[in-house]
Amino acid sequence: MSNIKYTEDHEYIRVDGDIATVGITDFAQSQLGDVVFVELPEVGASFEQGEDAAVVESVKAASEIYAPVSGEIVEVNTALEDEPTGVNSDPMGNGWFMKIKLSKASELDELMDEDAYKALVASQS
Amino acid sequence: MTTSDSSPTVRTPLYNLHVELGAKMVPFAGYDMPVSYPLGVLGEHNHTREKAGLFDVSHMGQAYLTGPDHDTCAAALEALVPGAVLTLGKGRIRYTQLLNSDGGIIDDLMVTRLVDDEDDGRLFLVVNAGCKHGDYAHIAAHLPAGIHLEPIEDRALVALQGPGAAEMFATICPEASEMGFMTAIRTDINGVDCWISRCGYTGEDGYEISVPEPQAEEFARLLLAHEAVEAIGLGARDSLRLESGLCLYGHDIDTTTSPVEADLMFSIAKRRREEGGFPGYGRVRSEIENGPKRIRVGIVPQTRAPAREGTEIQSNGETVGVITSGGFGPTYGGPIAMGYVSPEFSSPGCEVDLIVRGKTMPAKIAAMPFVEQRYYRKPKV
Repeated sequence: MSNIKYTEDHEYIRVDGDIATVGITDFAQSQLGDVVFVELPEVGASFEQGEDAAVVESVKAASEIYAPVSGEIVEVNTALEDEPTGVNSDPMGNGWFMKIKLSKASELDELMDEDAYKALVASQS
Repeated sequence: MTTSDSSPTVRTPLYNLHVELGAKMVPFAGYDMPVSYPLGVLGEHNHTREKAGLFDVSHMGQAYLTGPDHDTCAAALEALVPGAVLTLGKGRIRYTQLLNSDGGIIDDLMVTRLVDDEDDGRLFLVVNAGCKHGDYAHIAAHLPAGIHLEPIEDRALVALQGPGAAEMFATICPEASEMGFMTAIRTDINGVDCWISRCGYTGEDGYEISVPEPQAEEFARLLLAHEAVEAIGLGARDSLRLESGLCLYGHDIDTTTSPVEADLMFSIAKRRREEGGFPGYGRVRSEIENGPKRIRVGIVPQTRAPAREGTEIQSNGETVGVITSGGFGPTYGGPIAMGYVSPEFSSPGCEVDLIVRGKTMPAKIAAMPFVEQRYYRKPKV
């Protein structure tokens, strides 16, 4: 069963077993504006929690995507390289960035659940 | 873009309208300005290229330079800028730069010789928002007796830009359609005293219109009521001017860059190149004769990754320049940039490397503008 967690940097982590699908939230895409470029990590690369893993650029600016949890990249959404606007149109679905195989599952406990994240967005809107 | 710190910001007369239209407001050059509206930067950019966009540029500085007659007033300004002001005809606009004694650019500005006889001896200046207080102090400190700088604090400034601007504007001001590029008139529209200039900062045809502050919102609403017109924020203003190869002060030009380095020689008339009489002439003449040490060029990344301001430009591992403005060109359809390189790397087609987030990305020097400018040229009779 899947379970969604959020970071303070407006990334979401959809966990299914030991695989976490990472993307940015609808609030994040609305703040970024039109996405024109996405740089994804290499499959097989490993990241510690909080390291820069990907880049998303809108017409306004470049933003780093941090690895919300430690682990190895097992898949990236190469469709975004040709259609970066997928991040805007379907951030929680087809606009995902990467899948990470969790190496420290306990890190998930530090992340926000949906209610906590909604409260964060409300405080920043 | 130059953003201010947490110091209090000033609102333009159109602030309430921006908020009503759902704008995202940001501090810019000490003003609370709309960076985008619900249409979004991309949509606003494309709308301006296809129809017409309305920009609030009331943060920019408007001022009069007033003297006893045109020649005296123009000569005083020519002592500060390399542009030819003496030969400016009535109702004509010139782009030039305030230079420091080293030939560096203090600001770039538009100078208009007003069209009415009663205004002769008076020049209308439009300068950058972030520079205006410094500009005014600099100009005032260098004026001879009898010439005065008068900041105009009671007028707003809006720009109407795009291929549909002229047709739309003709519905409320028929005489504006007859204006040539870089000319100005003064006229009354629905009881509003309008100073209309056919120029802009998007590469498109259009107008900049100075209106009295109390009527600014009513005037903006009059323009927005037309179906072709959308409100456009600073975000799209930046991508539009970048595609058109136009400099952003504080980024592409500053107090260290000369007009020769900035590739603004088109704005320095032959007489001024030969006779000088402006600050930094020694450097400008030397750079004209011997070539500058660096020159502003267009740069096209050969990958999809935009290269932002500050990106290092290399050739064979050696630094040969730096990007001063960069991003995504919506009309161009890919990343574009401008920056300074050593002259030997300045030819269009020259291959260079950009260092983006520690990685080497291929790029090519390119001629600007990236998107063809579509200024209105009066048909010859």
